[in-house]
Amino acid sequence: MSKTILTVDDSRAMRDMLKMALSDAGYDVVQAEDGVHGLEVLEGEAPDVIITDINMPRMDGFGFMEAVREDQRLRSVPILVLTTEFSPEKKQRARDAGATGWIVKPFDSEKLITAIRRVAA
Amino acid sequence: MDMEEIKQTFFVECEEQLAELESGLLEMEAGEADSETVNAVFRAVHSIKGGAGAFQLEQLVSFAHVFETLLDLIRGDELEASADVVRVLLRAADVLSDLVNAARDGTEADESVWQPMKAELDQFINSNGDTSPSGAESAEDEVPVQDGPDEFGFEPIPISLDMFETEDDEAAGEYTVRFRPTRELFQSASEPLFILRELSGMGMATIECDTSNVPTLDAFDPTASYLGWTITIRGVENKDSLHEPFDFVEDQCELEITAIASGEATGALEEVSEDDLSPPVLEEIVTSPAEIEVEVAADAEMADEPKVQAQVSDAPAKVAEPSKQSANAAPATIRVDLERVDRLINLVGELVVNQAMLSQRVVEAGLTETSSVMMGLDELEQLTREIQDSVMAIRAQPVKTLLQRMSRVVREAADATGKIVRLRTEGESTEIDKTVIERLADPLTHMIRNAVDHGLEMPEKRSKAEKSEEGTIELSAAHRSGRVVIEIKDDGAGINRDKVRSIAVEKGLIGADAQLSDNEIDNLIFLPGFSTATEVSNLSGRGVGMDVVKRSIQALGGRISISSRPGHGSTFTMSLPLTLAVLDGMVVTVGGQTLVVPLTAIVETLKPKNSDVHNMGCDAAVVAVRDSFVPLIEVSEKLAFGEERTNPSDGVIILVETDEGKQNALLVDSIQDQRQVVIKSLEVSYGHIPGVAAATILGDGRVALILDVGELVQHVPGSSLNSDQPMMLEAS
Amino acid sequence: MNTTANKSDDEICEIVSFSVGAQEFGIDIQSVREIRGWTEETVLPRSPHYVRGVINLRGAVLPIVDLAARLEMGPSEPSARNVIIVTQINDQLVGLLVQSVSDILSVNKSQIQPTPDVASDLAKNFVRGVLPSENGMLSLIEIKDILPVELGEAA
Repeated sequence: MSKTILTVDDSRAMRDMLKMALSDAGYDVVQAEDGVHGLEVLEGEAPDVIITDINMPRMDGFGFMEAVREDQRLRSVPILVLTTEFSPEKKQRARDAGATGWIVKPFDSEKLITAIRRVAA
Repeated sequence: MDMEEIKQTFFVECEEQLAELESGLLEMEAGEADSETVNAVFRAVHSIKGGAGAFQLEQLVSFAHVFETLLDLIRGDELEASADVVRVLLRAADVLSDLVNAARDGTEADESVWQPMKAELDQFINSNGDTSPSGAESAEDEVPVQDGPDEFGFEPIPISLDMFETEDDEAAGEYTVRFRPTRELFQSASEPLFILRELSGMGMATIECDTSNVPTLDAFDPTASYLGWTITIRGVENKDSLHEPFDFVEDQCELEITAIASGEATGALEEVSEDDLSPPVLEEIVTSPAEIEVEVAADAEMADEPKVQAQVSDAPAKVAEPSKQSANAAPATIRVDLERVDRLINLVGELVVNQAMLSQRVVEAGLTETSSVMMGLDELEQLTREIQDSVMAIRAQPVKTLLQRMSRVVREAADATGKIVRLRTEGESTEIDKTVIERLADPLTHMIRNAVDHGLEMPEKRSKAEKSEEGTIELSAAHRSGRVVIEIKDDGAGINRDKVRSIAVEKGLIGADAQLSDNEIDNLIFLPGFSTATEVSNLSGRGVGMDVVKRSIQALGGRISISSRPGHGSTFTMSLPLTLAVLDGMVVTVGGQTLVVPLTAIVETLKPKNSDVHNMGCDAAVVAVRDSFVPLIEVSEKLAFGEERTNPSDGVIILVETDEGKQNALLVDSIQDQRQVVIKSLEVSYGHIPGVAAATILGDGRVALILDVGELVQHVPGSSLNSDQPMMLEAS
Repeated sequence: MNTTANKSDDEICEIVSFSVGAQEFGIDIQSVREIRGWTEETVLPRSPHYVRGVINLRGAVLPIVDLAARLEMGPSEPSARNVIIVTQINDQLVGLLVQSVSDILSVNKSQIQPTPDVASDLAKNFVRGVLPSENGMLSLIEIKDILPVELGEAA
């Protein structure tokens, strides 16, 4: 039984890289291009983990996470934030918006998988 | 999918981001930007930096980082985007583009350009009071390390366990970890189970759960956290590594990691702690998640949200169903490989040919025009044309990116020549076939450079002439009567006709006493061998003449001309076909062969009399057409189709006109009919033949060549005719 | 010319054998796209003597090279009995006009002998190896340079 991970990032190259790393580790990957699209996808089945970028058009990562956390159904889905920006303020802001953890870009597959396993089965 | 492919995707995205960046910056320059524009500009650079980091493109990353930092200040309203600043940003965008290209091509970008640019950006950042972020050492790029000395989320209890630690203890690699989550940890959807699992995987671990705080049911708060864990772990080399599993939750729990003095029994809880009552000891050695699960489940069912339970114990396989919904707000688009589109276009082209062949065969079979078969075929033809139009429209793209590229060309040209220039564009949404757009880039670039370099005057000269110091170039694209018309208009000095004329005479392009109209003089610049660059400037000293530009435009099936008003400026006008794939042509017979003459070149057809034909010299001839004499070209001879000379009165004359208005009379054997043909490139399958533009496949399945009238009427090597002498031409 | 060195000598390759004039030639099947009968070409003006013209290959324009003429064996006078071997050279398709196609042979790479050191430049340029065959000798054709390189955009 494989886990499903929703990846939300406006860069196709980034989505492709995540998909490659995650599929290799045995996860099923669902993709979205930005916050709005991510919410649409989430109207279907809830994934086991969400990985989202911060800087995206239409709806950014913070807005997306806040919206996800408002949904009862999704309140306990772990969300990992994928970003290059990393000040304590940004971390706190991510946390306030509902992030469970974070992954720093550029990521290596190992760190990615470790982070995922730290928040999900 | 592999990294190479993803890298390609990245570079494609970079192009898009750079385009966004440029258009956003231009809006800012024009004072039309809002906060969303600034955000978009920031995101563009941020994206490029992010991706570049993944592919370890160091130079690109370091430049993009500084650029991004400056943009961040602007979007955070900490720095004003004044005109000066925006100008710097535009130049930075150009440098960024160069760095991206260098990274993509694997070449080195010019350090003497990007290093100083980076320093300039740094200056703006520093003058704003922030510490300089240049270089990649900023905290932003590092993996988040624990902040400050206070590693734990709480105040150490009075009885500090640290005093029991000795160096020996640490060397023994045995530690006690005390972990008590706060409710915030669960609110962030963290799950102690996985954290403990990661921790226990780092050595030999014993985990004990402290359930002493769990209240009775009536006092129970589902969102509170009542559990704590004590983990004794052995065989850990590095104490700091024990913090890793808690990386996400450090400020959401009470965490205490202490070394155990060697010799102490594992599992003994001798240290006094406020929270530490004597808990019922649960199962030993719970490295198996399933077991922990059972215990945790038993006691913690209320502490966690129900959903977390389901995740931990069942985790049903969820079939990943990719969302079929795409954006509702923006028009739905999909990305398609250009190869697939080209294949589709080829197939549709063949469909058209096949359908034509079918029609022909049916006619030959003797069916009448009104029979149902013929009518069905007519409908088929309609459908096929519609499919063809739709397919061609797929490849059509707005010229916006092309026009935007020109703004950089103008900037650089203005810088290089010391002129002040403004570019105005119009008709960005005009759509042209993608391949045409690509092939227009070079000619347009050259014409714009030309306009800046030769068309526009230096600022002082302009103000003396009572013009504004800033010159304007207007670049517009529009659809007009089935073609695309592109104009480049400058408000410069116009063409110096005397100079042009004398250069042309000097180079033997026209006779010294040739009578030419103003317009004809203007168009002399398109002649091969013409160049006005008496002073070699930075830009135009490369010897690429306007004739090359003209050839490029003609190769696209287009026409180009120039008109000028001395003192006021010049206008280049280009007209291009909407699509490269089909052509209206006149099918003719020449020397036994079937050829196609593009209809756009044809003025009229005539049936000559022998008396109308006059020889000039030993190897040239003209034919009288009303009041003038037009050079006569025997097509079969020009193309070397055989020895037979056609007797003019036996053949037909097709009067053609080139873009400059030069007329020639093409002598062919006969005219078959007029029809639309699908263009098949000959260059791709074979190569270039002077006088031949392309090939097509006729209804009977045979290949027919499409004439390149412009080339044909020029001097073709090896032929006896020399027709590029306008002095033989009299105005008709 | 040496036999190709990038595969081990034990490998089998398949050769399409055909005749031009009275001689036997062969071409690696990997370069061959299809084989069809001859149809009359549309002449290309000012083309080399061995380029007969172009024909319509299912909607694509296919140049036809008269192999006999290319090898300076005299121009062919083809009829419907002649054969066109459609080959792929890099990204281009080129049709080779030959007399007839005989067979497809499975040949061990080690059987291919280097081109004998004859005086002919043509032989050296176009023959990449020889094989003993039923009828005597079969010359393996190198088609890379069949079309002249100078053909391209005239300035």
